[in-house]
Amino acid sequence: MVTAAAEKIVAGVSVGASVQVRAVSHAFGDAARPLPVLDDVSFDVPAGETVALLGPSGCGKSTLLRLIAGLDAPRAGRIGVDHVRVAGPDPSRLLVFQDPLLLPWRTVEANVAYGLQARGIGGGEDRVAQALRLVGLADFAGAYPHELSGGMAQRAAFARALVNHPRVLLLDEPFGKLDSLTRMTMQEELLALARRHAFTTILVTHDVEEALLLATKILVFSPRPARIIREVDNGLPFPRFRDDPAFIARRRDILIALGHGEEFAR
Amino acid sequence: MSDLTGQAADSAALPIAVRPAFRLWWPGLVSGLAWAVAAAVTGLLPDHVRAPVARPLVELEGAVAILSGLFALIGPSGWYAPLARHGRRVAALGVVVAVWEVVTAKTGWLPLPFFPSPQAVLDVYRVDSARLGHSVISSLLLLFPGFGLGALSGFLAGLAMGWSPEARYWGHPVIRLLGPLPPIAWLPVALFVFPTISAASIFLIALATAFPVAVLTASGVMLVDSRLYDVGRTLGASDGFLIRTIVIPASLPHVFVGLFMGLGASFIVLIVAEMLGAKAGLGWYLQWAQGWAAYANLYAALAVMSVLFSGLTMALFAARRQALRWNRETVQW
Repeated sequence: MVTAAAEKIVAGVSVGASVQVRAVSHAFGDAARPLPVLDDVSFDVPAGETVALLGPSGCGKSTLLRLIAGLDAPRAGRIGVDHVRVAGPDPSRLLVFQDPLLLPWRTVEANVAYGLQARGIGGGEDRVAQALRLVGLADFAGAYPHELSGGMAQRAAFARALVNHPRVLLLDEPFGKLDSLTRMTMQEELLALARRHAFTTILVTHDVEEALLLATKILVFSPRPARIIREVDNGLPFPRFRDDPAFIARRRDILIALGHGEEFAR
Repeated sequence: MSDLTGQAADSAALPIAVRPAFRLWWPGLVSGLAWAVAAAVTGLLPDHVRAPVARPLVELEGAVAILSGLFALIGPSGWYAPLARHGRRVAALGVVVAVWEVVTAKTGWLPLPFFPSPQAVLDVYRVDSARLGHSVISSLLLLFPGFGLGALSGFLAGLAMGWSPEARYWGHPVIRLLGPLPPIAWLPVALFVFPTISAASIFLIALATAFPVAVLTASGVMLVDSRLYDVGRTLGASDGFLIRTIVIPASLPHVFVGLFMGLGASFIVLIVAEMLGAKAGLGWYLQWAQGWAAYANLYAALAVMSVLFSGLTMALFAARRQALRWNRETVQW
């Protein structure tokens, strides 16, 4: 997916930022009857690293990602990027969701160009073309989203983020709806992109193997309200293999932390 | 590509060149016969009641009969192939015209002046085309400004109500309480508020259009997937940019539903307003024809209205197809 030409242009432009999450708590609903979703969550993501947030569905991981993106403000605690407090959404911190959420009335090309247009950055055609090459969609620039497969649409969503040279990429189960083969391919591609361009990645997932394959650190969350119940440093060398004994040991460790019995955790 | 080459190989492998066999296109034949009968009935049978000269109608019926017969022989292919699906409809229309001819001019079973013969209706277009044409223009001069103003103001009101809770708070009771009022009920008010009957009619047509457009636009805006806003905001879009690039395109399918409802309502208001107040236009023409017991003129005007209004509706469908060509779910008409 990464062609030599595209690599040359993007390299050195995206530089990861560090992320600080300090004693963040959050709740939905009004003050009288709050529904707590995050309970005193603190962690750091060093610049250029990939951290996975792992936990049961609906535990509040996605909410945390929205807070880091600046789409909502936390009820308590602070979130910083390079030690600067997050005050609102910014194209240097971009979200990729489980659904591609492309604008169906725009072609793939125009979808990718959206962020540049929104900020009035002219002459973005080259950047858009490069981003499309980067994700292998150069031949589909003029296609409408409904003409794409699920995997292609998700690639377009990645290109829409990457074209803005984000410093932090916030991924909310980005491969959750893809078939298993496409998922594996795109995991490898994401790994290559993240390592090459050194952006910081925060990956929300409930797939233990995905977390182990991609992340340098894995934070395991409890059910709602989410607390960090385990922090796993994942220093396995790349390329990583699912049948590596160290990989299997970590998977077992995490599954037990998530409350699954020893028989299941094999 | 592989399919095409495969097909070419198959036909090349055929031992003999196949000439398409002659096949009669039955709907064409039936239509030809029906219209020939209609022409014969009109032209050959003696009139039982007073009717205008039948010759133009006979010529028209004969022309349709000959064309149908031609299509029966050469079959539905080429540029006119899409017309073929109307074949049986044209045939049925021939039967209707023949029966109409018999029960009016030829036997008088249906009484004059209420049921004129087909040739009498056709004759109106020869005798009274100037007045009819003037009526069409007068009506369009009310309809276009009224519909345009109504569509625009309804769209803007709906956009505001869908986007801003404050606008929704104030707009909702207005829509709730005034929306169900038939727009034509405002006619007495409009007549003294506006200096001319034309201005009053335009206002009522705009009112009739604006309500459905506003309601549907507002609901379309509120149904936009809020995650698209999240995507837009993180990518750096301002509110204005979000409205232009997400809110408006996303709500367009609903807006068009509102425009269709508004267009239908505007036709009703146009005709009623012209019947009640105006001195020109198709609604006025209907009143005038009734006043003179000129029922042939009445039917002729109704036919013009039907063609005009269905043409406008089809034009709106074409605009919708063009605007929503990105939408896989767009219903094709």
